[in-house]
Amino acid sequence: MSEQTKHAEHEHHIVGPMVYVAILLALLVGTALTVWASFLELGPWNPIIALAIATAKATLVVLFFMHVKYSTKLTKLTVVAGIFTFLILVSMTLADYISRAWGSW
Amino acid sequence: MPDNSAIVHDAQESASAANNANGANSAHLEHPSYLRHHFNSTEQQADTSNFAMWLFLLTEVMFFGGLFTAYLIYRNWYYPAFVAGSHQLNVIWGALNTVVLIASSFTMAMGVWCAETRRRKGLVLSLTLTFILGLCFLGIKTIEYREKFEKHHVPGAHYSLQSFVDPTSDPDIFKEYHDKPLPLDMARHTEIYFSLYFAMTGMHALHMIIGIGILGFMIYRARAGAYTSGHVTFVENFGLYWHFVDIVWIYLFALLYLISRHQ
Repeated sequence: MSEQTKHAEHEHHIVGPMVYVAILLALLVGTALTVWASFLELGPWNPIIALAIATAKATLVVLFFMHVKYSTKLTKLTVVAGIFTFLILVSMTLADYISRAWGSW
Repeated sequence: MPDNSAIVHDAQESASAANNANGANSAHLEHPSYLRHHFNSTEQQADTSNFAMWLFLLTEVMFFGGLFTAYLIYRNWYYPAFVAGSHQLNVIWGALNTVVLIASSFTMAMGVWCAETRRRKGLVLSLTLTFILGLCFLGIKTIEYREKFEKHHVPGAHYSLQSFVDPTSDPDIFKEYHDKPLPLDMARHTEIYFSLYFAMTGMHALHMIIGIGILGFMIYRARAGAYTSGHVTFVENFGLYWHFVDIVWIYLFALLYLISRHQ
């Protein structure tokens, strides 16, 4: 029974156009910002800033365009678990390459 | 099919309603025809397909993730070659394509909203705009690819090292970056940069082409009134796919076009 009451609680959430317009503007600003930053000479910070802005943009897309902010806990857990697994695979691959004779191929 | 299944549903539902003393369940007596037999409610059905779509997207994350990891490792191994290769890309085209794709994600999101609020004309318009913006993206990508073919920067038998062993021979790029000539063995590794460039943007473009095909099908169906009578799962799940493709491009733009401009 408790399952059914829970279902009634999280009725399908409809994200409205104003949210989408706000996210569109934020993504356009982010794009302008990352292009502008690429023209500055920031040494090692160039890739860090570019990837940070890209990650911020991707997060906005996932949360609002893809409705994850309003989704079930199952969906949220799935998304987080996926990103987590991906990062583990990347770092284990890198750990493997770095701990061998790096660059002597 | 809707008529027959409605009768079967009714029979089943009255049986389960009898078992179920809870009055809240009586609403199920008149459930929509798109509710499959093995689900309790339309919410459960929608949650299930949403979950399944995300599982599919996770396999896509792993697929593109492999390419991104290869790029990360090779870029660190053959750093000068990857910087020189990256200088061949035009940031303006890349930025324009990013804007086009973000706009298409917005129109797709609006399409989902139109489907949810049962606006048939709005849905058809949103999907059509998404379709057109998707084609714009591919058009711009074609202009970029064409330049790579003209300069013989497509990996293979006709690959040319000219721009990398003698940067002054490529005046447009040289006046912007003033690259020093690469030694021949490092210059040869620019071919790896372009292999990854074509593999990553090519797989991304393939996803766009598949998406545009499905958009065409959805426009055809939406004009006939589909998706705006309560059953929006197909549009929603396609939206997830389209936004995912957008996210891949956001990272491709940063990694291929932006991060090597000052090295």
